[in-house]
Amino acid sequence: MTGSLTKTFRRRLRRTPAEEHAVEETPATGADEAAPIDIAPNDPLLAFLQSATGAVDVEALELDSPALAELKAAGVKLAVPLVSQGELIGVLNLGPRLSEQEYSSDDRKLLDNLAAQAAPALRVGQLVRQQQAEAITRQRFEQELEVAKLIQQNFLPKQLPELSGWQVAAYYRPAREVGGDFYDVIPLPEGKVGFVVGDVTDKGVPAALVMAATRSVLRASAQRLVNPGETLERVNEHLCPDMPEKMFVTCLYGVLDPETGHFRFANAGHDLPYVKTADGSEELRARGMPLGLMPGMPYEEKETVLQPGDSLLLHSDGIVEAHSPEREMFGFPRLKQCVADYPGGGELIDRVLSDLHAHTGPDAEQEDDITMVTLQRSPGAAHMANGAVPAAELVTEFEVPSAEGNERLAIERVVAAIDGLGIAESRLERLKTAVGEATMNAMEHGSRYREDRPVSIRVLTGDGLVRVQITDLGGARPEKEHEVPDLEAKLEGLQRPRGWGLFLIENMVDETRETSDGEHHTLELGLRLEGGNDGDE
Amino acid sequence: MATSESPAVRRRDGVAVIDLAGDVNRGAEDALDAAWQQAVAEPPDAVVLNFESAGYINSTGIAVIVGLLARARAAGIEVRAYGLTPHYREIFEITRLADFMAINPDEDSAVSGAEGSRDA
Repeated sequence: MTGSLTKTFRRRLRRTPAEEHAVEETPATGADEAAPIDIAPNDPLLAFLQSATGAVDVEALELDSPALAELKAAGVKLAVPLVSQGELIGVLNLGPRLSEQEYSSDDRKLLDNLAAQAAPALRVGQLVRQQQAEAITRQRFEQELEVAKLIQQNFLPKQLPELSGWQVAAYYRPAREVGGDFYDVIPLPEGKVGFVVGDVTDKGVPAALVMAATRSVLRASAQRLVNPGETLERVNEHLCPDMPEKMFVTCLYGVLDPETGHFRFANAGHDLPYVKTADGSEELRARGMPLGLMPGMPYEEKETVLQPGDSLLLHSDGIVEAHSPEREMFGFPRLKQCVADYPGGGELIDRVLSDLHAHTGPDAEQEDDITMVTLQRSPGAAHMANGAVPAAELVTEFEVPSAEGNERLAIERVVAAIDGLGIAESRLERLKTAVGEATMNAMEHGSRYREDRPVSIRVLTGDGLVRVQITDLGGARPEKEHEVPDLEAKLEGLQRPRGWGLFLIENMVDETRETSDGEHHTLELGLRLEGGNDGDE
Repeated sequence: MATSESPAVRRRDGVAVIDLAGDVNRGAEDALDAAWQQAVAEPPDAVVLNFESAGYINSTGIAVIVGLLARARAAGIEVRAYGLTPHYREIFEITRLADFMAINPDEDSAVSGAEGSRDA
């Protein structure tokens, strides 16, 4: 505190107006104006003034002090320290008296009294001013954050495309200080779709503005150019001249052909995307410098084919660079493993976020923006060019932790996934009951309500049916005898009151099929999209 | 997790009406037991279960209702119900709960026992 407050004292000469109008650039030599004298924090004059009991005779003072030499040179005769609560907060510097006589002991007494009264008032003034300045800085900072957030949000896609045979999901969450993350999904000629994930260095409004510019240039260039490498080259040329110093943009840009699964991509120094295949997960590599650094940069272009069942994760460094309380980063290997282990699509995003939160701890503030875009090709859904519906198309795939009540989660997600298939309300209710019962059975008998043994659920459509496959890890469990519940016997206490689950399931849906491979146990529920099994209504 | 709210018990024309609220599942058992005790403390002509504000009913909830019906039978008290959605009415029929508990369209008919009664 002392250092910052006592660094600059103002040198005052005779007849200086009460309100200072210091002209800091021009040293005052005999003029009325005062110029500040810097007293370095380690200058012995500082310690001397701090402990002085009253006005100090400058000319008589002998100290190895640059500030003292400056005071003498400026013709200062008396220095009166202003001390408030033991802290030196200013110095009243006086030149020679107008009468050219020495200062009398009465003069000094008067000055000491004045200093004793002026110091606390000055201190209050300093504190008020300091707080005002801090409040304004804070307010400006908050306003900037709001502006940055607004810009960011305005330039993110309002909705994601619906691609037959593909599942596209995205997640974006800015850090409090709003980094420069962005993503985009761009419809291109011939049914192709461009996917972008990028990150602007820096934070706040400057980053948001560069992000907005990059996105606009990319959108415009992508429409005209087919190849992602060429597109990034063009974007780089546009950005270079106007890029603020020390700023640049990393960006991954890929073009998907939904018909064939071809994904052609180029990378401007961005974190490598991961693709999940039947054999695990791997990075998609392509070389290229970040955008906006240097004109004339080439961007290597690569291509991969996303096979049915494959999924792709584009992400920003906010995930891998998130720290645990022990300062360990989440890291690329962990993210790569997530992609290998978890289902793709929205489920992958959920699982990565859950692992990330487990890593950072519940109370951690998000360090940087987090962005994920996932692209998943439905398994076994070789897309048919004539628009015919494939035999069985995966609608969604997800897991629920085995915990009491989670059958409700399963029901909600299945219902959300088949919304739009036009299933009548009464049949939908039956499916909900069946899914709930089957999930409860799986959680209870297959997973013994252990959260680390989740139940996986797949929803497929095809052949006029919606199929829900509910799989638990209780494949080795002995086949349960399907006891047909007998209400009379139950009411007489001859049968236990429970045991309705399977009975309900079989009565709610059109088909059920149980399979087991020793590890997994699956119950498949089939419900016809229209009619059937409605006879009693 | 689904837990049921405590059902309220009121009396109307000598009939005890239990207003179920929230989900009817395993978690509702204790609350429903308590409501039953309250309903039969002063022997009623019948007990009416009001499902109008009930939510999700699953197999464990059906087991709870079976338990309640068993006690009613032992005590010789008739149980009626109303306020079921078509879906749960169907489930009560499939499970044959409806054979032991008259399903009525509304409270008036449930309290008077005027319609919906079946042979138990």
